[in-house]
Amino acid sequence: MMAPLFSSKLLIVLLFGTLFGLILGVLPGLGPTTGGALILPFTMTLDPLSAIVLLTSIYCAGTYGGAITAVLINTPGTPAAAATCLDGYPLAQKGEAGRALGMATVSSTVGGIFSVIVLVFFAPVLAKLAYEFGQPEYFALAIFGLTMLASIGEGSPIKNLIAGAFGILISTIGKDFMTSIDRFTYGINELSVGIGFIPVVVGLFAISEMLTQSTLLDQVFKRVALKAVKLPSLDDYKQTWKTILRSSGIGSFIGVLPAEGGTVASLIGYSEAKRFSKEPEEFGKGSIEGIAGAEAANNAATGGAMVPTLALGIPGSATTAVILTGLIIHGVRPGPDLFREQPDFLYGIFGAMLIANVLFFIFGFFGAKLFARITLVPNKILWPMIFAVSVCGTYSLSQSIIDVWIMLFFGVLGFFMRRFGFSVVPVIIGLILGELVEGTLRQSLVIFDGNWLMFLTRPIALTFFILSLIALAFPLLRSKKQKE
Amino acid sequence: MNNVQNKKRANKSLPFFFKDEFKVFFVIIFFSTILLISTFTFDKVPPILNRGIQPATFPKGLLVLIMFLTTIIYYLSFKNPWKKEKKLPKPFFLTILSFILFVVISKTLDFFLAISVLSIFVSYNWGERRVFYLLLVGIIFPLVVFIFFEMILGLRFPPGIITNLYYY
Repeated sequence: MMAPLFSSKLLIVLLFGTLFGLILGVLPGLGPTTGGALILPFTMTLDPLSAIVLLTSIYCAGTYGGAITAVLINTPGTPAAAATCLDGYPLAQKGEAGRALGMATVSSTVGGIFSVIVLVFFAPVLAKLAYEFGQPEYFALAIFGLTMLASIGEGSPIKNLIAGAFGILISTIGKDFMTSIDRFTYGINELSVGIGFIPVVVGLFAISEMLTQSTLLDQVFKRVALKAVKLPSLDDYKQTWKTILRSSGIGSFIGVLPAEGGTVASLIGYSEAKRFSKEPEEFGKGSIEGIAGAEAANNAATGGAMVPTLALGIPGSATTAVILTGLIIHGVRPGPDLFREQPDFLYGIFGAMLIANVLFFIFGFFGAKLFARITLVPNKILWPMIFAVSVCGTYSLSQSIIDVWIMLFFGVLGFFMRRFGFSVVPVIIGLILGELVEGTLRQSLVIFDGNWLMFLTRPIALTFFILSLIALAFPLLRSKKQKE
Repeated sequence: MNNVQNKKRANKSLPFFFKDEFKVFFVIIFFSTILLISTFTFDKVPPILNRGIQPATFPKGLLVLIMFLTTIIYYLSFKNPWKKEKKLPKPFFLTILSFILFVVISKTLDFFLAISVLSIFVSYNWGERRVFYLLLVGIIFPLVVFIFFEMILGLRFPPGIITNLYYY
């Protein structure tokens, strides 16, 4: 499994990816999605395995990195670390920042490794199942993915659905891939090739965050000093091992579902930790179980989210959408054939994720204090620099200035979307799934001779449609239960 | 919690066209309608080449879905008003202005100059007054990024009054 990784080049890529991911995770507003999108052009100088190893190591380390800022300045470095703030910061305020970060580091590592094991065993099974899928099944699966995203994603399910539909709509811009007829191009030649994924991702994540930061200039962070990260004591382990394992399972499962991966997983992991705890009243006041529950779950979601990405070509989160783009750019077609034809490539990715989890444990344990200092760089210096990198990164992929303007447009749009409660993640997933949704729908209709009801005669497709309806009904039932 | 309720109450007292719910509803419906109308101008393929549905059908369906869902969220907002957002501060508008400046300068003068101007403009308006740091974000760092991208990726940036000095 590890054989392809025993090359100095890949180990250097892994080291760089883990360090870069940690830095991205620590900086509030950035994260593995933006970082992965910005580094994507550079992966063109690498071979496919190194490129994907780089992206996955950024994903694993970036997800953990968010915990450092969550514990020390009460601001999640990534959305996935939001639940970690609830107990991480109060514990740090009690003078136990080292203990809080130690628990976050250990539980993140265990969650991450657990999810890689799930990935190794579950992805090939799912890929085998996918052999049974035809166009109608893929269409139904993509619809299921989008409804799940709306249902269990952050915020209002209807707003998430609108955002997802908008993402699919963006994918229709340009020449129709089946008939070459222009759609929404309005005579602009550059639009006939469609809107690239990178300008949209960088705009929606990095530029919209820059605008958000411009509204928070008077915000003052209360920083807690960190002496050193401490490994959890035997008592801490005794208190949290069940929570860590439970959250690892929850995170891996949530990760497999197309949604906001780590963010949702950590919230569920946290609330389940509270539900099963012997001391639920301690939650929110610095509970070590709260930190373990949230951190094990968000890192477990990384491996889980890679399962549908590799086995079906359907991303499990925004960052895996970037990884999927990386795979496509490098000519690797995710899906069942990948498992049959390129097992070495896949085992390289699995091994790299495993090593990345060990590496961020080492870096986190010995370097958290140093990484925390990165947050001292003032926004008035940091964000203009991020802008320069974003502009050059976006321009570099197709060397088009129009892409840069599209990035700025989506930056402004993303800011207002977030301001009014629309998540930007469904836009990304919708954009990447758009061609699959439309293509499989149209091809299915060709097979069915235009008869829509024929979808219901396909058992697997019908199952996904029923699951989609359940997914849509779930938020209604949840809100009714909450009212009761 | 009380704060959110106060914000909701404040939003409830406004005339409907000033409320965020209506503004969002109006903007989405307005642009969706324009896009929907434009789908009627798409070319049609002859029946023999038509695979399943016409190229305009899918985007039409999406736009109708977006308009339908937007109407639902607007309707639901009568029962459960959104919280009123804080007014946007001056640096936000200056940052937006810097984006416009960036587009104008990159189109007419120079790509590198546009990055430099934006970086200095944003950094200054966000409160940075030290000349060294303004030069760092406006000239030194963009230059490093520029050369880095050019050397590693073999990227050729668009011609302009400053970029030409580098290339020729």
